Amino acid sequence: MERGLRQTWAFMFRGYHLTRRYLSWVVVFNFYALTGSAAVALIGVAANDHQLTLTLIVGALLWNFLSVLYNEIAMSIAYERWEGTLEYTFMAPVSRLVHLVGVSLFALCNSVVNTTVVLGGLMLFTPLSLSGANLPGILVVILASTLAFVGLGVMAAALPVLSPERGAEGTHIFQGSLLLVSGVYYPVDVLPAWIQPLSALSPATYTLSACRKLVGIGNPATTAERLRPGRALGQAHGTLEANGLTPRGGGAAQRAGRSREPMTKAARGAATKPPKSQVPASAAASTDAPPPRPAALAMTPDSAAPSAIAKS
Amino acid sequence: MTLPAIQVRDLRKQFHRRRKRRGANAPEAWALAGVSFEVARGDTYGLLGPNGSGKSTLIRILSTLLVADGGDVRLLGHRLPEEQARVRWLIGRVSVDAAFYKKLSTRENLLYTALLYGLDPESAERKAMRVLEQLGMEQRTFSAPLEEMSRGMQQKISIARALMINPPLLLLDEPTTGLDPKSRRDVQAFLEDLRRREGTTILLTTHDMAEAERLCGCIGFLARGRLIAEGTAEGLRRQASAATLDDAFIGLTGETAASGEAAAGTPTSR
Repeated sequence: MERGLRQTWAFMFRGYHLTRRYLSWVVVFNFYALTGSAAVALIGVAANDHQLTLTLIVGALLWNFLSVLYNEIAMSIAYERWEGTLEYTFMAPVSRLVHLVGVSLFALCNSVVNTTVVLGGLMLFTPLSLSGANLPGILVVILASTLAFVGLGVMAAALPVLSPERGAEGTHIFQGSLLLVSGVYYPVDVLPAWIQPLSALSPATYTLSACRKLVGIGNPATTAERLRPGRALGQAHGTLEANGLTPRGGGAAQRAGRSREPMTKAARGAATKPPKSQVPASAAASTDAPPPRPAALAMTPDSAAPSAIAKS
Repeated sequence: MTLPAIQVRDLRKQFHRRRKRRGANAPEAWALAGVSFEVARGDTYGLLGPNGSGKSTLIRILSTLLVADGGDVRLLGHRLPEEQARVRWLIGRVSVDAAFYKKLSTRENLLYTALLYGLDPESAERKAMRVLEQLGMEQRTFSAPLEEMSRGMQQKISIARALMINPPLLLLDEPTTGLDPKSRRDVQAFLEDLRRREGTTILLTTHDMAEAERLCGCIGFLARGRLIAEGTAEGLRRQASAATLDDAFIGLTGETAASGEAAAGTPTSR
């Protein structure tokens, strides 16, 4: 038992010290993940669409978490091959299970840190607040999907053993395919019909769908009143507009007679934004004439179900 | 009567070349084409051969990294690959390239190996540091990243790593290749002392005839995947009617030790 724990710790120990030695690169990768996620989330802000923003934020955070987890595990064999240490690891008396558990635990720690950095950064770029979100529910969903992604990572990690170069390339192709079919930033029904069945095979599809419901997107119990964009992003967006910091996104586009269909379509499905006709006049008005004070995008608890409503 | 530390009988290994086109028959190279030898416990056996003769393949099979296509291998009485989990506790290996995490320090690399073997990190580290001091390394270098160290220093650390687990069997794949004369002499003296003190069985592959003559009680000449001749250095010289071991090697194998490419052999029929 003690021996098994030490062997598991060996992989954590190695990962920690390698991270320490490559710290500048770790900072660079975290920065890139943050800017990438913020850029995606700001599409929703620019569109003045609360639902879309939440959809994108959840997508960016979860994909960041799951992809870092998958990538760390899937590339663990390839990294060792590149370092030249693979033979020494394989000839050590370590069971494959202990090896995988050690690598996966470090990957999990890495993903949590990375996602925390991205989450913290997103709070600077978007009026996001986690107060009132169904965090325990989200945690359970993420835990379940973590196991699924560890499994995918382990399967992908075997590829570089079979073929060093092609295998490492294959893990990235697989990761890219998951991104495409899982509905990370858009509902899967916008995909061509021939590729849509693949989304059912990706665990990320279910994770994203469940997490979006748990933050209040697409929840049937959520009323238009609780999801008034004017009380959340609309206000922030309005302030930005008032300060001349943003081109007039949704509102301006509508006034110019341009359709916002691509954005609303993107938010559809996972994010069930009520049709314009169902939105109360007060909410619609608040979008067009936002009050000057910025508000936060919040996820607050509700007696019936979690929902996303304005903190203010 | 005690069992030999290494028993290899009719060992065969073939590598399949990738076919570029479906249906095109690619020739298959035999890296080992029926090799047999034994090494008694506490002995040092030298395996000499040109590049591509099958030395590293043989070491990899004994290290449990490759599975042979045929033949029988027993290490300290344990059969491979069936008992590889047990064998992994008994062998230490040093390869021609010191395989480390180059960004990590000596101490971090050694601690990682100690943990990987489930050893108590403190006592394992103490032992490794003692070995490094015996090999002439200074303690102040232990916290520097390995990428800042010379190849000779890295190779010494590689030996310390292999010995940290107290292996009764040491597999050394060209451990002194590329080392300066002083470092080479340090390593050779250490191996002699180790065999005397601990009774460690050593299988050594090398291109260096003088090193083989100095360290090995028995020497085998490997060429084109076959063991061409074996015996003491004196016996091999006599067998080839040669003045030096170099001449004996060329006479018996038809090649020089450091030259030659992998020649596709055919399996011997036994």
